[in-house]
Amino acid sequence: MKGLVKKIELLFRRKRFAAELDEEMSFHREQAVKDLIANGMTPQEARFAAAREFGNATRLKEQSHEVVGFGFETVVQDLRFSVRQLRKNPGFAATAILILALGMGASVAIFAFVDAALIKPLPYANPRRLVAVMESSAGFDWNNLSYADYLDWKRMNRTLSSMEVFTGTGYALNTPDGTEPVPGMRVSAGFFSTLGIRPMLGRDFRPGEDAAGAAPVVLMSYGTWQRRFGGRRDVVGQAVMLSGVSYTIVGVLPQDFEFAIRDSTEFWEALQPTHECEKRRSCHNLDGVGRLKDGVTVSAALVDMKGIAAQLERQYPDSNRGSSAAVIPLGKFIVGDIRPILLVLLGGAGLLLVIACVNVASLLLVRAESRRREIAVRGALGASRARLSRQFMTEGIALVLAGSAVGLALAAAGMRVLLGLLSKDMLAGMPFLRGLGLNGHVLLFAGALAVLAAVLFSITPILHFRLSSMRDGLTEGGRGSAGTLWRRMGASLVVVELATAVVLLAGAGLLGKSLYKLLHVDLGFAADHLATVNVGLPPSAFSKDEQVVAFVRAMLERVETLPGVESAAITTLRPVSCNCDTDWVRFVGKRYNGIHNEVNDRQVSSGFFTALHARLREGRYFSDAEGATKPKVVVINEAFAKKYFPGEDPVGRKFGDTELTPKSIREIVGVVADFKDAGLDQDQWPAEYEAFNQDSDTYFTLMVRTRRDERTVLPELAGAIHEVSKQAAVEEGTTMMDSINASQTAYMHRSAAYLVGGFAVLALLLGVVGMYGVIAYSVSQRTREIGVRMALGAQKSSVYKLVLGEAGRLIGLGVVLGLAGSVGAARLMGKLLFGVQAWDVETLAGVAVVLGVSAMLASYIPARRAAGVNPTEALRAE
Amino acid sequence: MAKKPDLFPGTLDMLILKTLTHAPLHGYGIALSIKRLSDEVLTVEEGSLYPALQRLLLQGWVKAEWKMTETNRRARFYTLTASGRKQLGIELTEYEQMIAAIGRVLGSAEA
Repeated sequence: MKGLVKKIELLFRRKRFAAELDEEMSFHREQAVKDLIANGMTPQEARFAAAREFGNATRLKEQSHEVVGFGFETVVQDLRFSVRQLRKNPGFAATAILILALGMGASVAIFAFVDAALIKPLPYANPRRLVAVMESSAGFDWNNLSYADYLDWKRMNRTLSSMEVFTGTGYALNTPDGTEPVPGMRVSAGFFSTLGIRPMLGRDFRPGEDAAGAAPVVLMSYGTWQRRFGGRRDVVGQAVMLSGVSYTIVGVLPQDFEFAIRDSTEFWEALQPTHECEKRRSCHNLDGVGRLKDGVTVSAALVDMKGIAAQLERQYPDSNRGSSAAVIPLGKFIVGDIRPILLVLLGGAGLLLVIACVNVASLLLVRAESRRREIAVRGALGASRARLSRQFMTEGIALVLAGSAVGLALAAAGMRVLLGLLSKDMLAGMPFLRGLGLNGHVLLFAGALAVLAAVLFSITPILHFRLSSMRDGLTEGGRGSAGTLWRRMGASLVVVELATAVVLLAGAGLLGKSLYKLLHVDLGFAADHLATVNVGLPPSAFSKDEQVVAFVRAMLERVETLPGVESAAITTLRPVSCNCDTDWVRFVGKRYNGIHNEVNDRQVSSGFFTALHARLREGRYFSDAEGATKPKVVVINEAFAKKYFPGEDPVGRKFGDTELTPKSIREIVGVVADFKDAGLDQDQWPAEYEAFNQDSDTYFTLMVRTRRDERTVLPELAGAIHEVSKQAAVEEGTTMMDSINASQTAYMHRSAAYLVGGFAVLALLLGVVGMYGVIAYSVSQRTREIGVRMALGAQKSSVYKLVLGEAGRLIGLGVVLGLAGSVGAARLMGKLLFGVQAWDVETLAGVAVVLGVSAMLASYIPARRAAGVNPTEALRAE
Repeated sequence: MAKKPDLFPGTLDMLILKTLTHAPLHGYGIALSIKRLSDEVLTVEEGSLYPALQRLLLQGWVKAEWKMTETNRRARFYTLTASGRKQLGIELTEYEQMIAAIGRVLGSAEA
């Protein structure tokens, strides 16, 4: 203990220590010389004798330093030697560092995303206690809540300290530039206090401000306050007109507040149950969030909620039949869909890192082999095993340090590239990615990887020399057991590499095929030459259905006069979005047992199907003349007909809501061939398309079929719509193709396929290089043997057979192991595979061929060299 | 070069501590003292005193001080500390036990 303190003390006065030692030693020698001269020696003799007596001063000084040092100097020495070694062999160093950097970079970059999305806690008070509270039913894990159910759950539960609801909305805001649609949220009064968020200005909602009839109040986001209100503090208490309704601004949310589900939200209104939907228990439009009471687990809350749901089911069999509850951690609810893709990517990057490490390890082995003599000489000159081992460790660490530094730079660049690939909308939905970067977590992860790699790279050569006798190294051209041993080690490493490469290639192949299938899914309509734009009308100015219908009619007429436009139509929800906005139906003249017949429900204009180039199977489409005064009509899709009218003719049949309310009854006039309402990878659901003129909405999507490039129409749409009404809020338009390609589903599959594909290409490259290395080394070791064989009359072909046979065995083993691994890995990808089985023979066979051929080619080069060996030279070389 | 008998491993420290029991000495003085007291049988490689001295300093068994010699030269003088004296005692006991044991083995072999 005392010694340690002194050591540290001396560490800071190293120079003085050396000077004092020097002085002390020279004093000693001078005294000795003086005494010897006094005893009658000549000065020269005396100097020699004194030096002899004293011993090797340099070594003794070193020893003294070692006593007080931390072995620090020798480490620096080793390090210097390592760097010299690496510089002497720049090809090796650059290759190893680059390979390592690639593996580290990929893993660290992907981990940063995983950390941001899955590990980093939500930015709310005590986020682990927050849960999403939803309803569930057969086939649906997460359903929206109905307002009436929410009130009962809030009142009856014993596991949550608070439970609140939220739902998205939109407002038409009058700005100097005209009417603008702005995203909003309706939240119950305790929403922010449940999250633990306090407004930075003004106050939170008060209890009761979310009751029907209370004065409308609104909070706004920090960005909106800055942008639209110039950050003035006196906005609190002022009124703002949203969609023609006057709200009192009560506060401004903090700058760092984020809410991933709808982060672009500008205004937050206290949710009053004024919407039509919130008056019915059977209508579900809310998401729930709750805070667990202390000591309550998520599963306990789930049991509690399920109990309440069961009670409500008994109480209200009509509306709540089959309804249960779902309680999940809020973080999981928010991250939702990107979880599987992130985990698959992390797996892919991890495999790449494995290959990279194995590759560098085998490079080190080759180098260790070629340094046998150096090591043996150093050993013979007295370097201890520990010292030699430390040399390897230092070299491994130097390599890893350089590789990690480059890898971190690559990771930082990679993160920026990956973020750039995300669309603006998707980024808005993932505010947790905003803090993405090389933060503490990520650096810790990188550090852990570096330590593992350093251990691996130090152990490999040490193990190599431990296993082989050092003395062998001194004998020139020694070909003892070590050669075979190395071959065995190197060979197993290359098998690991090839197998991993197969797994990555197969994964990339399966994901690529999924993406292809996904993008070539039969949409059931022509998605090209289709421009789309969302339009919102302020309900205050368009309170009557006739007003909306008249506007839509005029708008469609105006848009159709634009040059190059074939037809125009509207729908309340564009195709290729989701199985959502559903309706429960009950059929006239069929037995009803209370089961929920859930179908997609969209309101479309009469020209919708023709504009989409959909295919009519039976009956007719409705006409523009079928308005509010005419009997209600509806077009259904084939899935609907198949499910509810198997073997019957659905045309002319009628259905309505679950109570068969007279005004809800509508007649099926036609059946249209299925087209994609939902996401590309989702199932085809039964769907009904009602006449917009009979059931209008103030928010809809305009779809324009064009003859010219649909992109060129987009900028003209807003102007044309504003000619019809200045009050219409027109969002930014997009083409149907872009909207499909940018959809979450397509994005997920594309990024998974591209990234894993990139990893796979690198893996293939590394695997093949590794293969080449092993075979080339093996050939170089066996040059003499091959020479002897040829001298004894072996043909070139038999040499090829010898070398390629060895390669073939390794490749075969790698491929077989890899294929087995791929099937397992593909099962883990589950959700990301679309229309492809984990054991897709085509893909697996393709992968085996690609890898086999490239690895064989890599082995052919050294085989050719072996066959070209001149026996005389080979024998003379020894 | 004629080889002098090697010291038992670890005995150098003990010898240094012993020479310092009477008075503080500098490195050369310690070397002379060992040589003289052993009738020139035990001549350590003189330089090897210095790593050993560093070791003893680190353990706190000796103290070092720069002082002037009689000839007015600056030299580092080493003094035995209390713990050094105790350590010397321990080492002497162990050494005597070992010598006695060796003696018994050799004695019985001769008998």
